[in-house]
Amino acid sequence: MTFLGMPTAPAGVGQLRGDRDFPSAAKDAVQDEQLRRNLGNATATIRAKRARTVQEVPDWEELRQAGAAIKDEVLAHLDTYLQQLEAQVVAAGGTVHWARDANEANAVVTRLVQATGSTEVVKVKSMATQEIGLNEALADAGIAAYETDLAELIVQLDHDKPSHILVPAIHKNRTEIRDVFRREMKGVPADLTDDPAELAEAARNFLRQKFLTARVAVSGINFAVAETGTLCVVESEGNGRMCLTLPETLISVMGIEKVLPTWQDLEVFLQLLPRSSTGERMNPYTSFWTGVTPGDGPQDFHLVLFDNGRTATLADPQGRAALRCIRCSACLNVCPVYERTGGHAYGSVYPGPIGAVLSPQLTGVKENPSLPFASTLCGACLDVCPVAIDIPSMLVHLREQVVQQDPHRLEAAAMTAVAYAMSSQRRWTWALRALRIGRPFARLKRLPGKAGGWTASRDLPTPPQQSFRDWWAER
Amino acid sequence: MSAREDILDRIRHAKADRSVEVPRGYRRADAATASLGLFVDRVEDYCAVVHRASLAEVPALLGRLADGRLVVPEGVPAEWLGGLTFDSDAPLSTEQLDRVDTVLTTCALAIAETGTIVLDAGPGQGRRALTLIPDHHVVVVRASQVVATVPQAVARLDPRRPQTWISGPSATSDIELQRVEGVHGPRRLDVVLVTEPNLP
Ligand code: SF4
Repeated sequence: MTFLGMPTAPAGVGQLRGDRDFPSAAKDAVQDEQLRRNLGNATATIRAKRARTVQEVPDWEELRQAGAAIKDEVLAHLDTYLQQLEAQVVAAGGTVHWARDANEANAVVTRLVQATGSTEVVKVKSMATQEIGLNEALADAGIAAYETDLAELIVQLDHDKPSHILVPAIHKNRTEIRDVFRREMKGVPADLTDDPAELAEAARNFLRQKFLTARVAVSGINFAVAETGTLCVVESEGNGRMCLTLPETLISVMGIEKVLPTWQDLEVFLQLLPRSSTGERMNPYTSFWTGVTPGDGPQDFHLVLFDNGRTATLADPQGRAALRCIRCSACLNVCPVYERTGGHAYGSVYPGPIGAVLSPQLTGVKENPSLPFASTLCGACLDVCPVAIDIPSMLVHLREQVVQQDPHRLEAAAMTAVAYAMSSQRRWTWALRALRIGRPFARLKRLPGKAGGWTASRDLPTPPQQSFRDWWAER
Repeated sequence: MSAREDILDRIRHAKADRSVEVPRGYRRADAATASLGLFVDRVEDYCAVVHRASLAEVPALLGRLADGRLVVPEGVPAEWLGGLTFDSDAPLSTEQLDRVDTVLTTCALAIAETGTIVLDAGPGQGRRALTLIPDHHVVVVRASQVVATVPQAVARLDPRRPQTWISGPSATSDIELQRVEGVHGPRRLDVVLVTEPNLP
């Protein structure tokens, strides 16, 4: 359903839809042994790290509640905060541009780069620019975009796609990465080994000259403070600082939901984000800037605000909380479906549990009907989400929309999704049982065994009754 | 209608406006006092090196740490620099900075719980490029500048100044999640913690 005729993200540009639906993509992915091993190792490591550093924080639950409420406040008065942000950025010497969708945002950025006369840009990792397909749009205009985040560089050099929000090359191991570097990186020593330190050094040398000579940078944004016009980028490697500091022109691109009301609100998010995403107490580098600072950093600053389906998401009271997401990727790392399929199967730049609820809302569920079913509703994502997005209930809500719109697609699109993903017999049996029991199941407050862990603290979301029973009867 | 008007209009049509109470039950800015031991512990956890020194020991220590070609921004106390040869930021071009080995700065404040050092371009800190391009950063933190928590830091900082929050040296975990220190930012971070009380 498109709420009140609100436009969703247009097709044919950017990366919110896959070439195939989730079930068929997932089927291939789970057969890739190497991919599953890489994913298994990586997600287990990062889960353990996150658990350790979160445990250390005595007021984690209070921070989470505050984080969720601050984001809800933003969504409740988004028009006010965006206008405030615009006024503050302009007052500090920046320029603000608005774009209804991916095509408009790409056109704005392309025009801004062209105005500088430069034919290349350095980029710091940004989900937003991947969502809108900016690199492709720039390439069409003859502008080369160099990804500078190590993982993004690996993916770009290999002509591959990112598969994880935070660790885009999580699906590749060190040997595969060494092979990509040997093959694609100019000037790399022929005897480059697969030692991560040596690989990082190769990337440093490869990008150094680009950083020192680049005239234009494009960045994403983690947080934008309406009260002061201050922008924030959180990173690890220093490539972000290079992009944000050295070029003459900086173009930052953000979805309209990234704004925060006040500078003080950052005291919450700068605690929630690093521990949830990399499991560090704090990431190595966080940069803040407000417009233009004479003699320090880019003297020409542009902020591009884009919608691309966010207002359509905002219009659904049961779906809008997906816009709270701060892209920490904690929900990916705990998801049993993601762990088996990896990110590519989701077809969108946003994979995992958040992708299953965000992508279909940005595009309209008609265009991503299988994603709301790419889940066992196990609830692990809600438990770790630093802004407490109730992804399981949202999935059920979106499933109902899929069924309402096109009942015939249900079996093909839906049920097979999770079946292919879940190779573990025990989990799959559990998932089936959950679906079969349907609504009565939802009344239980506590389940026996492993699944009981999370039902103790909340009610289970209720799957739509009719559709699942139909499916069960037919099968 | 402009894109701006259109988007603002869509937001109003989404009918999301309601009143939201933000519960701030977490530890606020007034909560805790900082522990220097915790700060040292957390910084070392990032593989940065911490040197405790009394004020009198600072010049000799800096003399030992500042290797190679050195740049020092305006505002670093002159009495710390006795005997050191260094460039000032005249300003230096990017190419000139690329030939500098070490940068020596002060900081705006530091956060114990997260082992973070904050630069805000204040006296002795220079512009952002200065602490980015040289491979080695030596930063002096006075004990009185260490706050306990992130909220305490946010409350003391001025958002209109450009800021860099530094928690250990540049690092990546992009290859099999194995941490590698030193990618694009300074590969070595030395923290001089001046423990002498009643500093100017
Ligand atoms: S939905 Fe929550 S857990 Fe998942 S990426 Fe977003 S903020 Fe993180």
